[in-house]
Amino acid sequence: MSLWKLLYWTFCAAILVYLIAPILVVIPLSFSSGNLVSYPLPGFSLQWYEEVLFGDKWIKAIANSLFVGVLATVLSVALGTLSALGLARSQSGWAGAIKMLFIAPMIVPVILIAVSSYFFMAPLGLTNSYLGLVLGHTIIAVPFVVLPVLTALELLDPNLSRAAAACGATPRFAFLSVTLPIIMPAMASGALFAFATSFDDVVVALFLAGPDQRTLPKELFTAMRSPMTPAYTAVATLMILFSTSLFILMQRLQRRARAQQK
Amino acid sequence: MSLIQFENVSKHYAGKTVVAVDNLNLGIEAGEFLTLLGPSGSGKTTSLMMLAGFERPSAGTIRFDGVPIETLPAHRRNMGVVFQSHALFPHLTVAENVAFPLKVRRLSRSETATRVTSALEKVRLAPFAERMPHQLSGGQQQRVALARALVFEPRLVLLDEPLSALDKKLREEMQLEIRRLHRELGVTMAFVTHDQSEAMVMSDRVAVFNHGRIEQIGPPQQLYDAPCNTFVAGFLGDNNKVEGKSGPDPVAPAGQMEIRLANGLTLRGRRAGHSTNGPSQVLCVRPECLKVALDAGQLETGNQIGARLVDIIQQGDHWRLVAALSDEDGGLRAENWTVKVNVGSVPAGLTVGQPVVLRFRPEDAWIF
Repeated sequence: MSLWKLLYWTFCAAILVYLIAPILVVIPLSFSSGNLVSYPLPGFSLQWYEEVLFGDKWIKAIANSLFVGVLATVLSVALGTLSALGLARSQSGWAGAIKMLFIAPMIVPVILIAVSSYFFMAPLGLTNSYLGLVLGHTIIAVPFVVLPVLTALELLDPNLSRAAAACGATPRFAFLSVTLPIIMPAMASGALFAFATSFDDVVVALFLAGPDQRTLPKELFTAMRSPMTPAYTAVATLMILFSTSLFILMQRLQRRARAQQK
Repeated sequence: MSLIQFENVSKHYAGKTVVAVDNLNLGIEAGEFLTLLGPSGSGKTTSLMMLAGFERPSAGTIRFDGVPIETLPAHRRNMGVVFQSHALFPHLTVAENVAFPLKVRRLSRSETATRVTSALEKVRLAPFAERMPHQLSGGQQQRVALARALVFEPRLVLLDEPLSALDKKLREEMQLEIRRLHRELGVTMAFVTHDQSEAMVMSDRVAVFNHGRIEQIGPPQQLYDAPCNTFVAGFLGDNNKVEGKSGPDPVAPAGQMEIRLANGLTLRGRRAGHSTNGPSQVLCVRPECLKVALDAGQLETGNQIGARLVDIIQQGDHWRLVAALSDEDGGLRAENWTVKVNVGSVPAGLTVGQPVVLRFRPEDAWIF
């Protein structure tokens, strides 16, 4: 192997280690039999998993995260798909500006959305409520639905709905039996992204969630202020596992969609 | 009565500034294969889309069996439509695609299965019923689209440039295939294309569109032999043109007239219907009607014009010669003429750059 090739591989490996190591390093810690978040591990134990999965505090947070995540996903898929349909069909010059508006939450710092949502929702009594948190998460999740669905609709042959009409299908039947099944993979991948966005969010939750709506990331974040135990690394490990599965699922969906679109 | 009747149909866009179809009157007879032929933007596709119900006329009436249909939505018109992009439903199998119009019409399962099988057999795709559209070639996809447009036995099938996306060999194969289906099923077909040879091959009648109007309509051979103006003459088949002035010609036989070119040469041809003696006239003659000789002596007197050979293209059974008429000192400016000669009648010793003489019979040329 030449020197250049050796350098090349070393450099690539270094980048990968840099990206993955901080994530992987928490995993062994979660199996520690001790009380400290540090190496070397005194021994192997599942006690922290026991605490997380069978104690009230963490189960509540996990349930909150899933509950809020699912609701925010449902809302953002419904709203995002409808907006994408409208945007794809619109001839208006405003369509571009409106599209930017939908995508803005991806670009605007989340902290700004969180702060402004807080000031907007507080007078309405929506802070410290599930509804407020779900709405907040919907705002940041909606672009992840609008973008893929809009792309799928733009790739769609406009003659497909005409062909359906020529076959005798009413616009409603044509939408349900032709357009919807074709954009379904895009909606599904949008839904996964939307869920992941809600599931990962800590900033919006910090502002909008009350003591009853503590989500997993918020719970982890507050751990910074209390003595840290390996229970947190167990939660982190579970989250990594969960997110990775979501990601793999998403890849599968996209591959299938591509095979069909060809 | 015609099956379809366009009556004074117009289509404007962008507040009347763009006229796509201009006061169209056209009848489609039951059982015929009618081709709407024209360059892009000539209104042929817009006319077809108005017939299918995807566009609404700005003015005028479209009748189906005498009943006005211009406000009837597309899904209630009962016409088969085939698109250039074939527009197969990508998430359904071939059989499911063909079954779609029957599913919409709530036919029984057994009836649907029988009809789908028979439609796929008609387009020779029976073995491919369970494939997905993307697993088929372009020609096969277009045949599925045909089957889908025919399966519910519509009286009228509209085809919007269905073959333009295919390569030449496949296109010619599909032309014959569609012709065969038309003959076998006796269905009325309206076909849009910009390809004049396609129109010649397939049609009972051709309507030549230009600027939103029909320039001429008739059987393809009639349009080829007796075009009504220079546009039709140039669009259907190749044509060589030269401009000149006409004057009274007492010796010309009935129906013929003489044209005087800028360099003083006179040529004689048939007088087109509306052609009068005027300051500006165009003579058109087809490449296959020209004879070529190396010098004037070899040809009898009559219609002849001098030119210089620019190119010789050998095409197997015939040669195509490109000749330049232009002589700036004589004031004659014309596009290059092409001559189609059978291999057997190519004069010996032709070389590029050589002066030649082109001759044609007055009855083979038209003066517009």
